[in-house]
Amino acid sequence: MSQAPATEIETTFVLNGTQITRRIPARLHLVDFLREEMGLTGSHTACEHGVCGACTLRVDGEIVRGCLMLAVQASGRKVDTIEGLSDSGELAALQSAFHERNALQCGFCTPGMLMAALDLVKHRPDATREQIRVHLSGNYCRCTGYHAIVDAVEAVLEAQRQGVRP
Amino acid sequence: MNAPEKLPKVKTGYIGASEPRPNAKRLLQGRGAYVDDLRFPRLAHAVFFRSPYAHAKLKKLDLSKARAQPGVIATVDGRALAEYCTPWVGVLAHLKGIKSPPQHAIAIERACWQGEAMAAIVAETRSQAEDALAHVEAEWEELPVVTDMQAALRGDTVIHPELGDNICFKRELSVGEIDAAFARADVVVEETYDFGRHTGVCPEMRSILADYNAAEHTLTVYQATQAPHMMQDIFSRHLGIPEANVRVICKDVGGSYGIKVHVYPDEMATAALSVMLRRPVKFVADRLESFLTDIHAREHRAKVRLALSRDGDILAFELDDLTGIGPYSVYPRTSGIEGNQVVNLVGGPYKHQHYRALMNVVFTNKNVTCQYRAVGHPIAVALTEGIVDLAAAKLGMDPAELRRRNLIADDAYPYSSPAGLKFEGLSHHKTMDKLLELMDYKGLRAEQRALREKGVYRGIGLAAMIEVTNPSPAFYGVGGARISAQDGATIRLEPTGMITVMASVTEQGQGTEAIFAQIAASAVGVSLDKVRVITGDTGTTPYGGGTWASRGAGIGGEAVLQAGKALRSNILDLAAAILNEDKAQLDVAGDAVVDRASSETKLPLAEVGRVGYFRPDTLPPKFQAELTVTRHYTPREYPFTFTNGIQASLVEVDPDTGFVKLLKHWCVEDCGTVINPMLVDEQIRGGIVQGIGAALWEECVYDESGQLLNGNLADYLVPMSGEIPDIVIAHVSTPTRTSELGAKGVGEAGTAGAPAAVMNAINDALAPLGARVAAQPCTPERVLRALGKV
Repeated sequence: MSQAPATEIETTFVLNGTQITRRIPARLHLVDFLREEMGLTGSHTACEHGVCGACTLRVDGEIVRGCLMLAVQASGRKVDTIEGLSDSGELAALQSAFHERNALQCGFCTPGMLMAALDLVKHRPDATREQIRVHLSGNYCRCTGYHAIVDAVEAVLEAQRQGVRP
Repeated sequence: MNAPEKLPKVKTGYIGASEPRPNAKRLLQGRGAYVDDLRFPRLAHAVFFRSPYAHAKLKKLDLSKARAQPGVIATVDGRALAEYCTPWVGVLAHLKGIKSPPQHAIAIERACWQGEAMAAIVAETRSQAEDALAHVEAEWEELPVVTDMQAALRGDTVIHPELGDNICFKRELSVGEIDAAFARADVVVEETYDFGRHTGVCPEMRSILADYNAAEHTLTVYQATQAPHMMQDIFSRHLGIPEANVRVICKDVGGSYGIKVHVYPDEMATAALSVMLRRPVKFVADRLESFLTDIHAREHRAKVRLALSRDGDILAFELDDLTGIGPYSVYPRTSGIEGNQVVNLVGGPYKHQHYRALMNVVFTNKNVTCQYRAVGHPIAVALTEGIVDLAAAKLGMDPAELRRRNLIADDAYPYSSPAGLKFEGLSHHKTMDKLLELMDYKGLRAEQRALREKGVYRGIGLAAMIEVTNPSPAFYGVGGARISAQDGATIRLEPTGMITVMASVTEQGQGTEAIFAQIAASAVGVSLDKVRVITGDTGTTPYGGGTWASRGAGIGGEAVLQAGKALRSNILDLAAAILNEDKAQLDVAGDAVVDRASSETKLPLAEVGRVGYFRPDTLPPKFQAELTVTRHYTPREYPFTFTNGIQASLVEVDPDTGFVKLLKHWCVEDCGTVINPMLVDEQIRGGIVQGIGAALWEECVYDESGQLLNGNLADYLVPMSGEIPDIVIAHVSTPTRTSELGAKGVGEAGTAGAPAAVMNAINDALAPLGARVAAQPCTPERVLRALGKV
């Protein structure tokens, strides 16, 4: 039993567009690996059992809970974090809408919230206000009351429907 | 201080503008700096061995096997840690008779609640420290557990025998002729209300990184805290390090809501471990630790009686409140304040003259409770507004009409309440009129009647309230706590014409830095993009209280305003010297010194800065420019600046399932001068949603043996976006005349009023079914019990 934590597996995956190879303890969660080993501290942990959404990441285009996925499970896949999607500009319209409407206060949930919102913007371009609320129901925010977040996502969807490129 | 020159009033400028927060951009890119994001060489990680029992003697503690685990640097019990950190007692002199035993950073040989820290393990990594926890060997002797507040009050088992009983604090108040008022009343209503324990559930868990430098005997603490200067004083006194050698730095904080303004044993232990081990040590709670040890709040059982005339005039309130606070009064603010506030605030919006209150604060073997957002207000407002609605039902009056009849008139100020609260100026009637119009109260009542005939049970709940904001030293200072009621701001003109503001109020995401930038820009006369704000560092900011009790804008904002005005005056002194013109003919506007009459640009501020800093040799011989100024502000005229507001909730109750669906929520708030409406509105909404959580879902559930049954985010239910309706906010503005800025606090208003509004809405929906709930959270089970269905 005392040997188990030491088990490491060489793992290669594409992180924010760059291929990396590391020996990773088998028990290490993806979000902890990103934070502790890669210094990508934008993804946060707040419940560590898949409820709050603060650690939401994108793996092969789908959003996942970084606290429920082991880092070694990323082997051969593409992982995107808040840092990567900020630099690529993919999140720019949402970030701008969140900023203009003050759809964040402490900002701790915000990276995860943006990842979940981006998923909606990409896959449900016709989502209604009610559907936005339901889609974001896996992301806990204690500060805002959600109203401004829903406003911001709604504005981005509307702009997208109008064909306005951010 | 400079000569007492009378400075002109500031033109509105950016005050009142919905400007986005400049400091939000880093958070949007995941580039914030929360404590757990910081990286230090030689950083060690602390974890805690915690009591599995609510009350037990630790007969034997063997840490030797844990010490031998890979990466472990130290294992420390309570006695060893006490060599580095003295115990504390959470009492204040102005809460007469309050008592609590000494509390250690790591408990010594006895645990008084499940989760109390009994030993620390420090290792090179957190996972190594957590692995080593499994190797701690402990033998326990269970002691009798007191979890029920009534049992605690009876005192059959006394948790701290040296204190004599379980009563931490007791307050009795009697004003007017209470018995006569009840005797002559035409109508008396009475109800007992229960409030579940709940907690703040900050997204970022409590976090501290303490870095002791043995060579300098200095301690630098990076902490998620609301009160850096208070913590600086406390680290200094309990760790025996001169205050000047302690620096507390508060970078980004992932939510606080009152949770991060208290002294926590494990955080004190972490600082002590850094001193002991002469290296940086970090502790970040996990979510279970957070539920077990972050302060809880609001476990109350209160009976309220209300006396009225048959016309609906409120004659008297009577209150009997009991609250259980865990085994210690929390340091340094005490656990007596919440109950004290309930006594102060019950009946607060109304013009009755007779009031009697009894309040007991008792020790129990659950986690400690203390001040959490809106402190006492949610209880007091729910008690007041719950019983007022019950009275309306008994009188057959519309709840809005009964309130209109009894709310203190808008022209009655200044006004003193029976509990002794002094109101400078409130607007109950204006806010209620605005609310009823905003929500189309009459239309909703008509819709409600129509839907009832179709078997749809909708309810409308109102909740009027007053709120304590901008506290003076009457809150803590007079009781002996070294908690500053004043705040300061330093403003500097940079050589480039930029403005740097350093302020003692901290940023927790509510927008402190943004509104201070707006105030500073307006006061100095520069554009908003020319202002940078620095907060959260005892090493660089003026001394001050920080963020709590809705004080940041009203107190810290006034300090910024006065500092900005003084800098503007100093800039004009320098400009007058450069231009060899009369200062009175000059002004600052649009990042330049201008001619006051014509607004013609005379000198860009960058040029003022250049001359002031680099070419003072060109100025008159005795002229010295002062381009950095500091001002402080303390509210003095009133102990508190009260605000008022009113909320309404529209719900639909399903009588078959007991589920409550929130349809809409409204709030009209009077916080005086609104500095940034966008920020204020969303802060109120966030507060409302916390109040909704308390009303419907949130409760820390303990069993009889003092075990917390739902210490995780799957079992403890918090509001998520899908359950929350749109929330409409509007304002009435009655600026306080005690400051030039006129801002009152607003951060807690939402949380204060929402539980009452939601509870009243549920009871309004249930009224035709003859059912009523008086226990929060109003869960489906409680609704079904009220309906007699389970």
